[in-house]
Amino acid sequence: MKILIKGGRLIDPATGRDEVGDVAIATGRIVGLGKVPADFAADREIDARGHVVAPGLVDLAARLREPGHEHEGMLESELSAAAAGGVTSLVCLPDTDPPLDEPGLVEMLKFRARKLSRARLFPLGALTRGLAGSVLTEMVELTEAGCVGFGQAEVPMADTQLLLRALQYASTHGYTVWLRPQDAALGKGVAASGAVATRLGLSGVPVAAETIALHTIFELVRATGARVHLCRLSSAAGVEIVRRAKADGLAITADVSINSLHLTDVDIGYFNPAMRLTPPLRQGRDRDALRAALADGTIDALVSDHTPVDVDAKTLPFGEAEPGATGLELLLSLTLKWGQERGLSLANTLARVTCDPVRVLGDALGSLSSSAGRLVEGGVADLCVLDPEAQWRVLPEALKSQGKYTPFGYADTGMALPGQVQATLVAGTVAYQRQATG
Amino acid sequence: MLSRRNPQLNSHGELIHLLSVEGLPKAVLTQILDTAGTFLSVNDREVKKVPLLRGKSIFNLFFENSTRTRTTFEIAAKRLSADVINLDIARSSTAKGESLLDTIANLSAMHADMFVVRHSESGAPYLIAQHCAPHVHVINAGDGRHAHPTQGLLDVYTIRHYKKDFANLRVAIVGDIVHSRVARSDIHALSTLGVAEIRAVGPKTLVPNDLREMGVHVFHDMKEGVRDCDVIIMLRLQNERMSGGMLPSASEYYKSYGLTEEKLALAKSDCIVMHPGPINRGVEIDSQVADGRHSVILPQVTFGIAVRMAVMSIIAGNEA
Repeated sequence: MKILIKGGRLIDPATGRDEVGDVAIATGRIVGLGKVPADFAADREIDARGHVVAPGLVDLAARLREPGHEHEGMLESELSAAAAGGVTSLVCLPDTDPPLDEPGLVEMLKFRARKLSRARLFPLGALTRGLAGSVLTEMVELTEAGCVGFGQAEVPMADTQLLLRALQYASTHGYTVWLRPQDAALGKGVAASGAVATRLGLSGVPVAAETIALHTIFELVRATGARVHLCRLSSAAGVEIVRRAKADGLAITADVSINSLHLTDVDIGYFNPAMRLTPPLRQGRDRDALRAALADGTIDALVSDHTPVDVDAKTLPFGEAEPGATGLELLLSLTLKWGQERGLSLANTLARVTCDPVRVLGDALGSLSSSAGRLVEGGVADLCVLDPEAQWRVLPEALKSQGKYTPFGYADTGMALPGQVQATLVAGTVAYQRQATG
Repeated sequence: MLSRRNPQLNSHGELIHLLSVEGLPKAVLTQILDTAGTFLSVNDREVKKVPLLRGKSIFNLFFENSTRTRTTFEIAAKRLSADVINLDIARSSTAKGESLLDTIANLSAMHADMFVVRHSESGAPYLIAQHCAPHVHVINAGDGRHAHPTQGLLDVYTIRHYKKDFANLRVAIVGDIVHSRVARSDIHALSTLGVAEIRAVGPKTLVPNDLREMGVHVFHDMKEGVRDCDVIIMLRLQNERMSGGMLPSASEYYKSYGLTEEKLALAKSDCIVMHPGPINRGVEIDSQVADGRHSVILPQVTFGIAVRMAVMSIIAGNEA
């Protein structure tokens, strides 16, 4: 199928390119960018006048809840949510049931995702068997099956000795280890330590839970030379330590979730279970530091931390409610909202969800690494056509994801969000196109 | 984020549930205390009943055991002529795997008018108030570490009874503040009613500095903490705190923070000593003090019935 996207504002965050033009697509690749060969005969045209044509979004943290939690999300609904959100590549976490600790599971997941052809799926393998923190997984075989890195999802490594060995082993083979910095013992609370948790009588997670884990990880990175990606930073103090470690030249990258970027613990309000999240929402100064760090590059990427949770698991007292919120369909809008509020250009804003996360993934993407997250002639046609001016209201029941819990629902916030996806292309195929509404 | 209306109040600002003292206007607190005053005399009558809640069904839902608190609510409801049904849920439906909201839906179908809820999780009564039928009223009888509003109200009732005015008072709350729903409710009630100074006294494991954000002065030295106070509220030290990582032993706690005659002598000469009960003699309070002339621990219990009658009758009269 040959597709012509006409008259859009082409934005390539990697180069800063920002100009009106056409995009010609054939056999899954971009064959013309800006000016299209005169003899190009399209089977299908997409009118992008007044809209932006950008690389498809790359989300470094999404849970699809398969296998094991099919009642909360299924590959089909969640990958449809990705496409509707302009996300063309996503990294899924290993905390499925059973966890992604066997090549067979990873191959099955990759195979099913490929058949659905909505978004490219890049699984993270479990760092330890069953995420139990005692035995290393077969990382070489898992990589051959399609894993792009290894992590523990939300399960902290209590055994520092094993963490050291995991980093040694992963670095032997050049694999990246993805860790959410949280001390096992200090991280047991249900809300961030501070005035709100104290007032509401909720058990707290102190900032030290993050900073102690970061210091430990950095010492081990220095000792092993391993490459580590830090998942979902939550505190101003954590950001500062990461900034210094990067200045020291450590091989680390980091991300932050849309929730921590836009919310604080005050939003918990009257025990709203939609605000039960990991990492827990912290204070205003933490949110401000995260927003600044994402702008100055200390934090490399913005992630949805998409976690569909069903109604039974959320209609519980705050501390018992399952953490997590739906996010794939909100990632683009919450990225744009952050960029607008900081006065950044569209290209600079979109970099955090396109070329920057691709840089985090690096060689693990194989041949895709040279063109995913970018607009490159000859590169893969993973694209998002979006209207950055459109405002929309998040109505949870209208989301494609089976996860309906979001802190950003219109009923809760009374706010509209900027930016609407018009079409999403994955490997030159239309994975999503917005239906025109009267 | 848009903040939702306080779920305890209807659109006229009237109390429809009692979930927390926090956020209640001074006028509502005063109304409860004044109403409680009128009910005190009922307790002295030969026939201790008024017909205000005749025909109403009040369900005591105790997801966490507490015979004493449940009994005080039961007495208050019966003196208002309501029908009282006690459910010890800790040992029944949830043990069979029924969800909290399913339990609530079932009991609502039995035409309950009021739920009195005790739960080990902070915020559980909010969830119940959100999901029960609009005519059902919810009273929080203690949720996790969060709130125990009727205890807070009976504490300020007691203080008003003995001290008449809140404006110049210095009140010390001593003990395990961080895990105490009573302390939180006391702090909110005392601040709303305008006491001059609220102190939180105890070791750093039980009285962290975060508490300053609730407007209290933190003291780690007991003698300094009770000096020149008008009111001392002693909190019960839960058994699990004595053996965990919070405190080395009960006897060492008593040495530093137990209220003895000697420490009490540092407070004002007309200081009153309060305790939500049940007391641990020789752990947080010396027997001589508990039974001494400053102690108002037993009058607190009597006032507690009147305060709970006041809360029940007020919310039953307001519509969502």
